[in-house]
Amino acid sequence: MLNPVTDTDGAPFWEYAAQGELRVQACADCGEARFPPRPCCPHCQSFASEWRPVSGRGRVWSYVVPHPPLLPDYAEQAPYNVVVVELEELPRIRLVGNVVSRAGAPLGSLDPRRVRIGARVQVVFCDGLPQWVLS
Amino acid sequence: MAGTGLKDATAIVGIGQTAFAKRLAEDERTLACRAVLAALDDAGIAPGEVDALASYTMEETDEVELAKAVGFGDLTFFSKVGYGGGGSCATVAHLAAAIASGQATVGVAWRSRKRGSGARPWSNTAVQLPTPGQWTRPFGLLRPADEIAMLTRRYMHEYGATRDHLFNVALACRNRANQNPAAVMYERPLTREMYMTSRWISEPLCLFDNCLETDGALACVVVSRERARDCRRTPVYVHSAAQGLPAQHHGMVNYWNDDPLTGPAWTAARHLWKHADFTPEDVDVAQIYDAFTALIPLSLEGYGFCGRGEGGAFTEQGALEIGGRLPVNTGGGGLSEAYVHGFNLINEGVRQLRGSSTAQVPGAATCLVTAGEGVPTSALLLRS
Repeated sequence: MLNPVTDTDGAPFWEYAAQGELRVQACADCGEARFPPRPCCPHCQSFASEWRPVSGRGRVWSYVVPHPPLLPDYAEQAPYNVVVVELEELPRIRLVGNVVSRAGAPLGSLDPRRVRIGARVQVVFCDGLPQWVLS
Repeated sequence: MAGTGLKDATAIVGIGQTAFAKRLAEDERTLACRAVLAALDDAGIAPGEVDALASYTMEETDEVELAKAVGFGDLTFFSKVGYGGGGSCATVAHLAAAIASGQATVGVAWRSRKRGSGARPWSNTAVQLPTPGQWTRPFGLLRPADEIAMLTRRYMHEYGATRDHLFNVALACRNRANQNPAAVMYERPLTREMYMTSRWISEPLCLFDNCLETDGALACVVVSRERARDCRRTPVYVHSAAQGLPAQHHGMVNYWNDDPLTGPAWTAARHLWKHADFTPEDVDVAQIYDAFTALIPLSLEGYGFCGRGEGGAFTEQGALEIGGRLPVNTGGGGLSEAYVHGFNLINEGVRQLRGSSTAQVPGAATCLVTAGEGVPTSALLLRS
């Protein structure tokens, strides 16, 4: 499996995820949340940022079901779903992930037919990687 | 007089290409040389007269190698455009700007690619992820097809576009390729049943929603309007040109934009039409970047051929076929002629306006050519 290769801006996201916390970057001056993380606020150009905890509740904005040819580790689990989840309290923050049957379950553990746009999901974590389960 | 400097000031006077195939024996550099020399020969211009070059950042044959191999003169302008297939039309646009502003006199744009026989990027797990990949790749969103399928699913959900609409796109391209002996899919018809029963690549995109990985190279020659009058072929004028990188754009994974379904086409289109003497209704034929079928309805909306959300319905009743409301990709496009990062669309646009396409739109005098939608893009309006 591919592990995230983080950059300076993104590293805190993964550090919080490793602790089982979902946080997103926000401007420490104007308060606007932003994703993906970046050095500067596109609204007020401030370089001051903070990492805001979020509820981890969201809805499926879209999804796909990849089939091989894929990288070998992913091909073994295909077909699986990949979703974009919009966060309940910050709907313009959208996270790519997978809806699985339970925390730690493989990518293809949920019947792809159970995934729908608008489905409510909740974040869980496995080995520092956020996953999603149906609420 | 902003915007009047480029209009019809330059023309494409030569086009060239190699064969297109899944596997060609020659390397990319050799193919590039062949395509460039063919384009110069088509124009009736000697290699020693070339003083400007433009290509893609993903092009492996660099200017130095090409220039010394084919015998260009002293170069005074060279440029490379980023973002994969988004750069295709911008290569011509950069040459047009350089020539119109006096930086050069004879420009060549080209693309050479061996992805038909090359390695697939997803065959190697050891490959280092680019940092934006940290937000997508660990979750198995690996390929451009997966990234565009995500937008496609949302598009279908929001606007009621269907797989039949995507099939209409695939069929129009295939029908044109069936008329084009140079196309990889020449004499290989597509049926609705073949489409609907084909294997998935990334649901909702199936095999026939994806372009062809192809070996091949193409080139074109750009000169000033005055110089074009002395060339061997009828000039095809660069009427308007634009690039497009929208505010808060995120590349192919544009899911974080406030409105991910209005892509770079919308930005490029605003500039393109602002500086044109005609409107979408006056376009006789279009060559629309089609790495995936869904990019065509999205582009039809972006470039103003229909309203927002109407791109799927636009494809109905043969609208994209010859004789339809807007014939598209008359050489077969990336879906059925060859996928060479969209450069074949430029050359086909030129053929249409010369009246020499294998699927000629009678009397075609205006053509839109677009580069990859979903990434920072570019577009050209050509006229005869």
